[in-house]
Amino acid sequence: MRFVDEFRDPALARVVIREIETIAARMERGRERPFAVMEVCGGHTHAIFRYGLEGLLPDIIEFVHGPGCPVCVLPMGRVDDCVSIAERPEVIFATFGDAIRVPGSRKSLLTAKAEGADIRTVYSPLDALALACRNPDREVVFFGLGFETTMPSTALTIRRAAREGVGNFSIFCNHITIIPTLRALLETQDLGIDGFIGPGHVSMVIGTEPYRFIAEEFGKPMVVSGFEPLDLLQSLLMVLRQLESGVAKIENQYARVVPDTGNRAAMEAVAEVYEPRETFEWRGLGSIAHSGVRLRERYARFDAERRFAVPEISVGDPASCRCGEVLTGKLKPWGCPMFGTACTPETPLGALMVSSEGSCAAYYQYGGVRQPQFEGAA
Amino acid sequence: MNPHVRHLRRTLPATVTLAHGGGGSAMRDLIEGVFIAAFTDSDAPLEDQACFDLAALAAVGDRLAFTTDSFVVDPLFFPGGDIGTLAVCGTINDIAMGGAHPVALSCAMIVEEGLPVEILRRVAASMAETARAAGVPIVTGDTKVVARGACDKLFVTTTGIGVVRAGAHIGIGRARPGDIVLVNGLLGDHGAAILSARGDLALDSAIESDCAPLHGLVGVLLDAAPGTRSLRDATRGGVAAVLNELAEASGVGVRLRELDLPVRPEVVGFCEILGLDPLYLANEGKLVAVVPPEEAEAALAALRAHPLGREARAIGRIVETRPGRVVMETRFGGERIVDMLVGDQLPRIC
Repeated sequence: MRFVDEFRDPALARVVIREIETIAARMERGRERPFAVMEVCGGHTHAIFRYGLEGLLPDIIEFVHGPGCPVCVLPMGRVDDCVSIAERPEVIFATFGDAIRVPGSRKSLLTAKAEGADIRTVYSPLDALALACRNPDREVVFFGLGFETTMPSTALTIRRAAREGVGNFSIFCNHITIIPTLRALLETQDLGIDGFIGPGHVSMVIGTEPYRFIAEEFGKPMVVSGFEPLDLLQSLLMVLRQLESGVAKIENQYARVVPDTGNRAAMEAVAEVYEPRETFEWRGLGSIAHSGVRLRERYARFDAERRFAVPEISVGDPASCRCGEVLTGKLKPWGCPMFGTACTPETPLGALMVSSEGSCAAYYQYGGVRQPQFEGAA
Repeated sequence: MNPHVRHLRRTLPATVTLAHGGGGSAMRDLIEGVFIAAFTDSDAPLEDQACFDLAALAAVGDRLAFTTDSFVVDPLFFPGGDIGTLAVCGTINDIAMGGAHPVALSCAMIVEEGLPVEILRRVAASMAETARAAGVPIVTGDTKVVARGACDKLFVTTTGIGVVRAGAHIGIGRARPGDIVLVNGLLGDHGAAILSARGDLALDSAIESDCAPLHGLVGVLLDAAPGTRSLRDATRGGVAAVLNELAEASGVGVRLRELDLPVRPEVVGFCEILGLDPLYLANEGKLVAVVPPEEAEAALAALRAHPLGREARAIGRIVETRPGRVVMETRFGGERIVDMLVGDQLPRIC
């Protein structure tokens, strides 16, 4: 496949890996702990495991899997709200497939579906809008989920629903924004992260400018990366070069897709439809100011939270769950006593075990190969 | 063809109603007009069971193989096949994977009221054609009609018997370190065909199901590699599920090489767009064979000489290390574990 195979070329990979090894060997001297590079995006986590990248790198380099899986960071209380909407007899609840197994405090959407709720898997918010048009006597609610990557498509869908006067369509908005979250992460105590691999798809929308504070205020390098294995290796090499030279800046490895200024049309649609919430709760990370969005007053009639009474009860993570520490890179999944025992993909306790992009699920699914090296905390 | 049956066919209504399940003349008309007309040329009176001559069975092998499978595929018709071809091939393949020669099938239909009779006719015709081409007759059956909503259009259960060839000892727990893992062709076609035929992905593709009866292929494989240890058709859960079961049951590790996996470019592209993995996609005409190393070359040659095995490939080997685990050397030179899926393989959202 053109534009894909080139970025999976093992021969080219060996060249990049050799450069990484050379630079790592120079930097290793006097170093007491590994260089921890956080890949923010769940798509990157998935690719790292799928291609077995960790096994190809020197031990002195370690990936920390960040909070960039929107399914994983969804708190239980929001899942409960979601189930309560989905269980209303008049509602057809349309969701992306990933979200369907996320555990709430009572049940997941999958269980609600088995018990009779009308829950449909869709692949685009436009599919949900089409469902609303085909079922005028039902209320179709779309589970709006994701970072800036998916925000424009729901914004455009809402604009279209407004333009076409579709009265039985709304979204349960759980969109979240990456910048406040990265800031909150960087402000945590004892953050053991040396550099970042920046999210490619989010950046396609917001550009690279908004990340500047990471370098300027916190002195950490970030390289926005594509999703193929060569992209990731090259981005890692770019982060290491910055670390070695002692500079910190924002670089764009994914320039073939990500313009530094982002996508203006997408940003305008987002700004027109959404406004920041004062605060939004994240699983494992707690409440983060301005990290979520909701529909503006002008589009209030498409807001499922305003249309239906939802319980809005905040539910804490199970006490035994250490998702937060894993999300902030303080703990490897192996370090959690629940990992692989009480918490497995069949019976996930924490959300990180649910989505294929959650780091625990990825470790469980793919990661056994290097298990001994991961033992203990990061 | 029985002239009595031909007469009945003209009198059938356009849709199936609950009356067709009532045990009366409407039911008999449906069964005779649709199923009997398709499955047999004989006008002998219908019995409740088929009978087999034991001596004739014993002449083919030394053990009886017996299996059953239900089919609930949606949509009923898809590129490369339909629920009928699937029901015939699926059960033939389950028999064949025991090293057995299939002898006969039964067919039980659960029909939702309101289904057009024409659909039933089409399914029955393709079952009959597939069974005839495979040389395995459908010799008995049953039909039930249920109220709307009690099933989805049409569910089919086929049961089969076969005779295991003398000397063949095939089982999921028999793989040993050093053995070679073979597949008979391109992986994931059926899963990709069904997903795109469902239409809700808005993806057009020319991918057809690989649905095919594999007993002939198994025959030539066992001739060439009589020491074959394990055979499985890689249906739901794909090759990944088969190899995980094998690793666990045999107490061995399986080592795959991603570069050796045969997947057609259309399926690679399909998986790329949807975030799926061809190793987990269902097949309906693909088997995984584990053969001893000294027979691997002959086995591969025999598979490739058969029309259903032209793209056969060795994809990995059985190892002592990491028993119970399937490990893949990635195209990229890394390693990853290929685990079982928990539920469906669902597309990723971003």
